[in-house]
Amino acid sequence: MTLREIIDILDATVITPLGDEDLNADIRSACSADLMSAVLYYHTPDSLLITGLTQAHVIRTAEIAGIKTIVFVLGKKPDIYSIELAEEKKISLLSTSLCMYTASGRLFRAGLPGCLYK
Amino acid sequence: MPINIDKEIEGSFQIIGGNFVNAGEASTQLKLLLTKLGVDEDIIRRTAIATFEAEMNVIIYAAAGRMHYHITPRGISIKVDDMGPGIEDIELAMQEGYSTAPDWVREMGWGAGMGLPNMKKNSDIFKIDSVVGEGTTIEMVINFPQQ
Ligand SMILES: Nc1ncnc2c1ncn2[C@@H]1O[C@H](COP(=O)(O)OP(=O)(O)O)[C@@H](O)[C@H]1O
Ligand SMILES: [Mg+2]
Repeated sequence: MTLREIIDILDATVITPLGDEDLNADIRSACSADLMSAVLYYHTPDSLLITGLTQAHVIRTAEIAGIKTIVFVLGKKPDIYSIELAEEKKISLLSTSLCMYTASGRLFRAGLPGCLYK
Repeated sequence: MPINIDKEIEGSFQIIGGNFVNAGEASTQLKLLLTKLGVDEDIIRRTAIATFEAEMNVIIYAAAGRMHYHITPRGISIKVDDMGPGIEDIELAMQEGYSTAPDWVREMGWGAGMGLPNMKKNSDIFKIDSVVGEGTTIEMVINFPQQ
């Protein structure tokens, strides 16, 4: 599923500037979590992270786990420091007003599977 | 294996307890170094996860600590030691889901009790040593794949 499709399905707003290449990025799985150790425990490289937390260490967790796209639920937006950090790490940030359950459900229904356990 | 490591590389990072804004910086720097050296992606990911969890524990539980790395043609050795409260019951602390993290740490997304298990899972050798009232030392080795 492309990032463009994900934005459409979640009615998401884009926080970090995205080029065509970012929008066409192929995302194969997603992981919904507010627990950072869970994000690190499951095999999540190239997954989409759906989370309600917006602090800088969430961006760093994504980088460590090899996650390149984060969607913040409930309309949350990170502070400017986290946004700059994400841009520096080439991590795309989106925000949706949906709750975590609905955002995950919509993507699952559209065919995006959960991240792999390894 | 296409690893450009003909000499040994060592270094260390300071970690300051309670500093959540820079949390993960040491592990990120090490990850960057390993990427530059052309280390296998899976090895980098395992190292990054293990060091990140160790770094977070220093930030959450200790006053200060240090992460030391030693890269050789065989693999990566990591030592994280801190000046902190130490761990009374290591066996209990190693159990998945066991955590003494306070609520404000949980609200930040930490305290799932999976940090030490995550370190163990991602390293080939994992050692933990702790003295109550003095501090904790974690030693981990991640081997490069042998051809
Ligand atoms: N460096 C440390 N200093 C003191 N206590 C620690 C340290 N690392 C871990 N612990 C103790 O071990 C427990 C389990 O650690 P961990 O598996 O990382 O889970 P979590 O950090 O989510 O609680 C912690 O809750 C804490 O009580
Ligand atoms: Mg921990």
